[in-house]
Amino acid sequence: MNPTLIAELVKIVGKDAVLITPEDLAVYSYDGTFEEHCPDGVVLPTSTEQVSQVVKLAAREQIPVVTRGMASGLAAASVPFSGGIVLCLTRMDRLLELDQENAVVHVEVGIITADLQAEVEKKGLFYPPDPSSIRHSTIGGNIACNAGGPRCLKYGVTGDYVLGLTVVLADGQIIHTGGKVIKDVVGYDLTALFTGSEGTLGVITEALLRLTAKPKFARTALVEFNSIEDASQTVNAILKAGIVPATLELMDHTAISCIEEAMHLGLPLDVEAILLVETDGQEETGVTREIETAAEICTRHSARKVTVAKDETERQGLWKARRSVAPALARLAPNKLGEDITVPRSAIPEAVRRLKQVSAKHGLPIVIFGHAGDGNLHPNILFDKRDPQQWAKVEQMVAEEFAIALDLGGTLSGEHGVGTLKRPYLERALGPVSVEIQKRIKRSLDPQNILNPGKVLPD
Amino acid sequence: MSLPCNLTQPQENEYLNCIRCGLCLAVCPTYRVYKTETSSPRGRVALARKNLEGELELTPNLAEQMYACLDCLACNDICPVGIRPADLALEMRHVQEQIRPSGWKDTLFGELIAKPGRMKTATLPLRIYQSSGLRRLVYTLHLRRLLPARLRDLEGMLPHLPRRPLRRVLPEVTKAHSKSRYRVGFFLGCAQSLLFADESAATVRVLARNGCTVITPRDTVCCGMPAAGYGRMDLAKAHARFNIALFEKTETDVIVTDCATCGSKLKEYGQMLADEPEWVERAAAFSAKVRDISEFLMSIPLEKPAGRIEARVTYHDPCHLRRAQKVWQQPRALMQFIDGVDFVELPESDWCCGSAGSQLITHYETSLAVLERKMDNLKSTGAEMVASGCPGCQMQLTTGIKRRQMDVKVVHPIVLLDQAYAAEENSQ
Repeated sequence: MNPTLIAELVKIVGKDAVLITPEDLAVYSYDGTFEEHCPDGVVLPTSTEQVSQVVKLAAREQIPVVTRGMASGLAAASVPFSGGIVLCLTRMDRLLELDQENAVVHVEVGIITADLQAEVEKKGLFYPPDPSSIRHSTIGGNIACNAGGPRCLKYGVTGDYVLGLTVVLADGQIIHTGGKVIKDVVGYDLTALFTGSEGTLGVITEALLRLTAKPKFARTALVEFNSIEDASQTVNAILKAGIVPATLELMDHTAISCIEEAMHLGLPLDVEAILLVETDGQEETGVTREIETAAEICTRHSARKVTVAKDETERQGLWKARRSVAPALARLAPNKLGEDITVPRSAIPEAVRRLKQVSAKHGLPIVIFGHAGDGNLHPNILFDKRDPQQWAKVEQMVAEEFAIALDLGGTLSGEHGVGTLKRPYLERALGPVSVEIQKRIKRSLDPQNILNPGKVLPD
Repeated sequence: MSLPCNLTQPQENEYLNCIRCGLCLAVCPTYRVYKTETSSPRGRVALARKNLEGELELTPNLAEQMYACLDCLACNDICPVGIRPADLALEMRHVQEQIRPSGWKDTLFGELIAKPGRMKTATLPLRIYQSSGLRRLVYTLHLRRLLPARLRDLEGMLPHLPRRPLRRVLPEVTKAHSKSRYRVGFFLGCAQSLLFADESAATVRVLARNGCTVITPRDTVCCGMPAAGYGRMDLAKAHARFNIALFEKTETDVIVTDCATCGSKLKEYGQMLADEPEWVERAAAFSAKVRDISEFLMSIPLEKPAGRIEARVTYHDPCHLRRAQKVWQQPRALMQFIDGVDFVELPESDWCCGSAGSQLITHYETSLAVLERKMDNLKSTGAEMVASGCPGCQMQLTTGIKRRQMDVKVVHPIVLLDQAYAAEENSQ
C-alpha cells in the first residue's frame, strides 16, 4: 500500500489502528475456512464516522474494502481475495443504549454476541439467536451473514431481531434504516436488504436489536431411533402437536460414531439417529409438560429410548454429545468442510440417504448432524487437504451435496452464507433472473464494486 | 526461507489441525485488550505455522508476537482440537534463540538464576533500599509520586523484602512438631526465597505442625520457568536435571512447593526430559511427587485451627495453578477451613492478572490493561483480602491495588492458615 494512503488512513484512525506489517497481513488473510489471501492493509476504526472516512478514501482510490469482525465465518466471505483494505470492526464494540422499556438494545456491531447476551441478561432481557460461534463472533458478522443457530426453530434467526441499522455506503455516506418500532412499512425494507448482504452492499456499523424476556426454565430429552425416518416423522409429530421446542437437534449414525470414536461418551453405536429436544419458557409446569408430551410422542413414533434430564447436571450431560461434534471431527481428520444445506423438513431422510451415497461413492467420510426442526443439515466432509487427490474429490462432493439440496426443494445455505465457497452454485439455486436483479442492486449501491468484491454474486 | 533442519522446533501435529474456528480469541487476555488477530492465539498459531513452513521469516516482529503471549494457557484449555497455542508460542521463542541467540540470556539464566548465591548478591541493592530505611523515607515524604509512572508501578509491586534470602536461613531439616507422618521435600522457589520469605516460612511451619518432616535443600536452583519463557529450553532442562538429582538425595515421599509457577514447571520435568534416556524415568518419578501446598494439605488429615480470621476474603486463580495443574478447589477449601473467613468468589477468578512473570517490565501497557479487568472484578467483591498462591500474581495484584489506592491486602492462602494457628496459640 502506498505511503501517502497509509498516512491518510493513519490521520483518520490513528497509528495503532493501521496495520501493515507482513505478520499483520498474514493473520488477516483467513477466516474459519482454509482459504487465505493477504490484504494490503488492515484498519481498525472506532466509530461510524471513521468508517465513513475510510470508505470515502477507498472509493476515491478505488480500493477494495473487506469488512470483518472476528473472522469465524465458514464461507470465506471475509477473506480479502482482491487485496485492499480489511476493515476490522472489533474495536467498535460498545453497547450504546439498553432501552428496557422498549426492550431494544443499540450496539456498535463489533460487540461479541455472547457479551451482548450477557449484558442484556443482567437486566432480565434476552437476545435469542445462538450461532455456535456465539463467543467468538460479533453481532456485525451475525447480521452480515444472517446467522442462525439451534434455537432458531422457536425464536427465529438474527434478522428477525434486527430493527434498524446504521450503514456506511460505498461512497462513504451514512444511512440509518428502521428504528425502535416493531411495525414499519414505510418504503422498501432496507434493513432486511443489508442483513445477510455479507459486506457487499454497505458497511454495517451499528444495530438496533429487539429483545425478549429471558426464559426461566429449560428441559431436555435425548431420544434414540432405529431409523432416521422415525426420527424425522417424530419431529413433524411434535410440531403438529403444537409444541415448539427451542431446539430439535439431529445427529445421524455417522455423527454418533464419530463422536464416540473421538470422545468415548458411551453413546449407543447401533442407533440410526439421535434427537436432542429442548423446551423452554417462563413457567416450570408448562415447560415440563411440553417435554413430557414430546417424550410421549417420541415413544409413540417407535423411539428406542427416551432420556429426560432430571436436573441441570443431567441436562448438561445430554448436551455434551452435541457439543462434542466439532472437536470430534477435528480429531479424526486434519481438515473438514462443513456445509449447511437446508431442505424441507420431510426431505431430511432422503437427504441423509443421498449424502451417504456421495460419501460411499468417493470414499471420504461425511458426518451428518443439524437442526432437524428447520431442515438445516450440516454434512461435514473429513479429509486431508495435503492430499491433492482427496481435495479434488472434496470439490466434487460439495457440488453433489448442493445438487441434493436443490433437487429436494432446498437451498445451499441456511446460516453460513454464500461468501466465496458457494458462489459458483448461486445461479443454479436462484435462477438467472434473480441473480441479474441482485447484480443490479449491487451495482446501484456499489457502482465501483469496492465493497467485498467477488463475493456472493457470480461475475 | 525455511529453517535449518537441526533445530528443536514444534512438530507439525502441534499446529496443522488448527481449524481457525476462533474460539481461543474469546478467552485470550491480549486479544481482548487489543482486539487484533495479531495479538490472538489463532494469529500466533498461524504465524508459527507460516514461519515453520517457510512462508514467513522469523522477523523480530514475528518473534515479538510470541513474546506478547502471557502464557496464561486459556487458549490451550479451550481449543476444541487440542492445539496448545501458548505452548507453541514458547517453543517459537526457543526456535528464535537457536537461530539468533541473545548473549545476555546466557548470563541471566545460565549464570545468575542458576546460582542462588549470585542471585542473593544481585538482589542486594533492593534489600538495601528497604533495610536502610530509604524505602520508608520515599513513602513518608511521598516521593513515590515524583517517580515516573512506570517506575512507580515497579517499585509498588515489591513486597516487604526479607533481610536475607530464606534459603540461607531455613534449616535443611525442619522436624515435625508431633509424630512425623510424612517426609516432605520443600522446593523453595527463587521469588519465594528472595521476596516472599515470610510466606514460605509459614508454609514450613504449617507443614511441620501437620506431621511433616520438611527437607529444604539449600542448593535448589530455579525451576526453569524463566529460562523457558525466554526461549532457553536448553537451560530450563539443565535446571531440571540439577533439581532432580538434588531431590533424589533427600528421599522424600512428596515434593511440595508454594509457588504456582514452580509447581507447574516441576510437574513438567517428566515431559521436558522425555527424550533423554538417562533422565526420562528419574524426571517422571520427580514430577509425580510434586504437589502444590494447598493440593498436598487438602489431601492429608489437616488440623483444624482453633483461631479465627475475621475477614472477607476472595481468591485469584494463578494461571499456572488452575490451568497448568488443575488445582483450584484446594486453595478455596483451605481458606474456608478457617473459621471466620467470609469467602467470596472473584468474578472471572481464572482470568490472567497480566503478571506473566515479567510482563509488567517487558510489556508494560499490555500488562496494565489486563490488570484493569482484574481490578474491576476485585472491586466488585468488596473483599478486604485477596489470596493467591503465586509470587508473580501477588506482585501484580499489589501494583493494581496501589494504583487504584484500594484498601485490599494481598496474601498467600497459606499465610491465612498459619495466622489462624498462631491466633489460637496467642489466645491460649
